[in-house]
Amino acid sequence: MGRKGPVLWGGTTERFKLLARSPVLAGKPYNQKRSHYVNIVSMPLARTPLYAVSAELNARFTEFSGWEMPVQYGGIKQEHQAVREQAGMFDISHMGKFFLQGKSLLAQLQRLVPSDLSRLQPGAAQYTVLLNPQGGIVDDLIIYYQGTASGDTERVAIIVNAATTAKDKTWMLEHLEAKELLFEDVSGDRVLLAVQGPDAVAQLQRFTKEDLSKVNRFGHIEGTVLDQSAFLARTGYTGEDGFEVMIAPGTGQALWRALHENGVMPCGLGARDTLRLEAAMALYGQDITDETTPLEAGLKWLVHLDGAGEFIGRSVLHTQMEQGVERRLVGLRMMGRNIARHDYPVLHNDVVLGAVTSGTLSPTLGYPIALAYVPTAMSKVGHELSVAIRGKNHAAQIVKRPFYKRKNS
Amino acid sequence: MALEYPDELMYLDTHEYVRVDEEEGVVTIGISAFAIDQLGDIVFLELPEVGDPVEKGETFGTVESVKAVEDLKSPATGNVLERNDPLIDAPEQLADDPYGDGWLIKIKADDLAELDDAMSADEYRDQIEG
Repeated sequence: MGRKGPVLWGGTTERFKLLARSPVLAGKPYNQKRSHYVNIVSMPLARTPLYAVSAELNARFTEFSGWEMPVQYGGIKQEHQAVREQAGMFDISHMGKFFLQGKSLLAQLQRLVPSDLSRLQPGAAQYTVLLNPQGGIVDDLIIYYQGTASGDTERVAIIVNAATTAKDKTWMLEHLEAKELLFEDVSGDRVLLAVQGPDAVAQLQRFTKEDLSKVNRFGHIEGTVLDQSAFLARTGYTGEDGFEVMIAPGTGQALWRALHENGVMPCGLGARDTLRLEAAMALYGQDITDETTPLEAGLKWLVHLDGAGEFIGRSVLHTQMEQGVERRLVGLRMMGRNIARHDYPVLHNDVVLGAVTSGTLSPTLGYPIALAYVPTAMSKVGHELSVAIRGKNHAAQIVKRPFYKRKNS
Repeated sequence: MALEYPDELMYLDTHEYVRVDEEEGVVTIGISAFAIDQLGDIVFLELPEVGDPVEKGETFGTVESVKAVEDLKSPATGNVLERNDPLIDAPEQLADDPYGDGWLIKIKADDLAELDDAMSADEYRDQIEG
């Protein structure tokens, strides 16, 4: 066998490489011809505080934006299913974690994002994007408003993508009025553990005194886990209920083991990708980039032109809102078994219209699904297109996003 | 669990295995337990039609796992005699019995001497574990 084109999961910055790293064969290339994969392994990769507990479970690791991360434990399908039906947990400590404090901090952050931050109540959060002047997405992130400390000093927590942590930090420090701003980067100091699935809240509740059922979706609290201080947010990247928990490394290891003993399944980046794609959540560097605007990417719901004021990129979004966008990110269902993957061309009557940004066989639905940019005129649900796979066109249909929606949500 | 590489088979460095019926000149092709272990859950399989020509060293099909797309390479030149159709509808079953029910295609080889550069089980094991 031989690898075909770029390895999947590939964005420009977050290319996800399959490495042969079973416990027995650690460091050996899957295919002897692929010497360039060996070079990646020999580069110093960062490891999270949960690396050792994952290695104990014989996780298979992969390089992910400079980190050596678990791609799977028992198998992607079973991990995916555990999150859909019970509970799974993910080490996402590689993500960027910032705590900010400052006078009129929300008003300052407002310059960077198209979402109306004045709507945020303490304890609530906003999924949003940092925009460049062209309206392109610098990163997607969640801003957790923690309320005021003293006087008009406002506090927020921000979680950003791993690959973009340094870029985002620079971007924010450049564009925020630095006066009286406290910017604390705890990215390397904390564990971030996502517990997701219908049983996730009940599972996590065993190890915290706060009543988690009182935390709303996108709500967050400063509480405790195993009697240690913790930041707990009811957010996630799977389409299921659950929490993301930020804790000290030792507490993180203890929580991981405790949850595992209680039947929460360890899940890797492989299942994280299939879960988020079923929920049609964008992957930065792939579905959204610095060349796509939130309006093109189907994120109109987070663009609040009326309330958001003069944010960077506003004029482009304003024009796009008035005149419409030229292309849109749509959901595709493949009509056959062939799987559309990243970068495969999307066609109509043999004319290339765009490209697939993400694609997989949906474990829940049993058929292949994909996200792709196509011209707006061709973007209606029900429209029939095709995807070129190894030189042949395969039928696809535009379907509603998300592909999967949990009950009671 | 140690992965198995039956002694009666030959192996390519691209992780296909080859079962040779010398009398009939028929070659059965599959992928090794190592390849299956590395791929993880297999979700898609594309194989040539019966009668199609295949060429030594060239791609004859594709196997995909959740996270990878891999070409299947032919160990010899010839024509496809049979393909494992049930597997196309249930590619995940490839992992259950890679050297038995998990075979992919059988080809009528033009010249079995083309298989001389394939590896023995021991040589293959050395390559992937050594």
